[in-house]
Amino acid sequence: MKVRLDARKAAAALVVVGLLLLPLYTSLSGNVFALTLFTRIVIFALAAASLNLIMGYGGMMSFGHAAYLGIGGYSVGILAAEGIGSGFIQWPVALLASALFALVIGALSLRTRGVYFIMITLAFAQMAYYVASGLARYGGDDGLTIYKRSDFGGLINLSNRVQFYYVCLACLLGGLYLIWRIVNSRFGMVVQGLRSNEARMQAIGFPATRYRLVCFVISGTLCGLAGALLANNTDFVSPAAMYWTRSGDLMVMVILGGMGSLFGPMIGAIAFLLVEELLSQVTEYWALIMGPLLLLIVLFGRGGIDGLLGRVRRA
Amino acid sequence: MLLIVEQFLNGLQFGLLLFLLAAGLTLVFGIMDFVNLAHGSLYMMGAYFAASFVAWTGNFIFGIVLALGATLLLGILLEFVALRHLYGRDHLDHVLATFGLILFFNDAVRLIWGPAGLALPLPAWLTVPIAIMPGIYYPAYRLAIIAVALAVALILYLVVMRTRVGMLIRAGASNREMIGALGINIKLLYTLVFGLGAALAGLAGLMQAPILTVQIGMGENILILAFVIIVIGGIGSIRGAFLAAIFVGMIDTLGRAFLPDLLRQVLSSSAASTAAPALSSMLIYLLMAIVLVARPEGLFPANRS
Repeated sequence: MKVRLDARKAAAALVVVGLLLLPLYTSLSGNVFALTLFTRIVIFALAAASLNLIMGYGGMMSFGHAAYLGIGGYSVGILAAEGIGSGFIQWPVALLASALFALVIGALSLRTRGVYFIMITLAFAQMAYYVASGLARYGGDDGLTIYKRSDFGGLINLSNRVQFYYVCLACLLGGLYLIWRIVNSRFGMVVQGLRSNEARMQAIGFPATRYRLVCFVISGTLCGLAGALLANNTDFVSPAAMYWTRSGDLMVMVILGGMGSLFGPMIGAIAFLLVEELLSQVTEYWALIMGPLLLLIVLFGRGGIDGLLGRVRRA
Repeated sequence: MLLIVEQFLNGLQFGLLLFLLAAGLTLVFGIMDFVNLAHGSLYMMGAYFAASFVAWTGNFIFGIVLALGATLLLGILLEFVALRHLYGRDHLDHVLATFGLILFFNDAVRLIWGPAGLALPLPAWLTVPIAIMPGIYYPAYRLAIIAVALAVALILYLVVMRTRVGMLIRAGASNREMIGALGINIKLLYTLVFGLGAALAGLAGLMQAPILTVQIGMGENILILAFVIIVIGGIGSIRGAFLAAIFVGMIDTLGRAFLPDLLRQVLSSSAASTAAPALSSMLIYLLMAIVLVARPEGLFPANRS
């Protein structure tokens, strides 16, 4: 089989290889900061990729995706606070809790379309935020410190920076593989068909809401995994993890990278967080530049980085 | 009794304030089909302008009139420079662009006014309690908010339903191309409507300012309430926004005031005091969920076709 090499594939492959080799660079150069930064980037890339599944492929514009980051994080945090440190319990609980939340929210929100859907998911995520703020037993507004990272017996040690990085990277690549399989399966085709022409798909006999709901739940579960990773990364979880601007950040990453492209959100997450990091090193008021930059991207750069790379090939 | 009347009025006042915010949002959406997340930033700017102008002029009324004008101009400027190029684009583009604007405004405020909040002191004549019933006193300022908001709602209704501009606005909402083809300057109309929405948001912000502190991000939480309101009321419907705003304001205020006591009747007092804040902030979202299950288009959909 002949593999056609184009700019998009080359860029994606380059980024993946770069991410795989990063710990080598950091241990040689002693630049620990880069490893911490990229651990965070990889986790957010997973969250963005999960959002892309419903937003890019399913056409469901969720503005409340950060809720799952919080739910995954709080599952780990609350269990740890109650003395259950095993990751074999914490992580499945995080996934299950996110899936359940997505099931309830999705069942309600999917009754609406378009801008209603954007606002509903936003409102439900904000509800989750308020509930977390009200959890007085688990720190309320101030958040919850996690004193010990998830314990996986002797198998892996999450407190080791390099091991933890590779766990996050494995989750990202595994998540991307899963999304790739889903998108190219019959199920994924139906979901994409629903995005393009719902009436036609329903006329063929596909139950639209059920397919969308399953897709929504899968996406929420994946993002819950990112939440569990994030809580382990920061050793801390707080309501701020699911504040609505966080959902906005995730949306920006997906769109910056390119909606409906497999590796787009990963590249978008890297670009967004690197720009944020660079700008915040230059000035305290980094959002003063980031905000108008977003506006310009929306006004002039359609299709994101992925679209740009696609144009390189055509040129 | 005293408490019930007082909380009832608080709920009404909060609801009317929410209406001012939601009205602008729903007007802009109904007519330009534009989702404006930065509406909350205009609310915040209204409050900051008021705090600065009142301190600068030393006169409360003069200061807030200047602040209103400033918010109106800011809205028009924003529309003219950036947002008008986004009409007709995907809603997602609107969300992203205005999300960028929120980031910008929050940091711009931090740069200009500093990270600490400001206070907007009331003049003496607005701080006296007024007897609304024998033996029941209510702050004059909150009564003033109710009066102003009701007056604005009435004026808005009259302008939209009874004037030529209102007729054009309604025509623009139902068929954009047609009124353009009839020779109406649609761009100017859009700019005016956006400015009106901005001024309404600014009015809500500056009226809320003396009650709460003027701070960064003050517009964000209340903006989400405004979203809930227009979803419940039906997007694009001013009447729906009005009723839903009063409803949400009441439920939110009364829930916060009385839910802890109610829960204490059924739960132990420690469990009640933990559950009550979370539950009362959830109430309106539960309400929204119920409305969505029953009527996915909201209670008063603007144009049923």
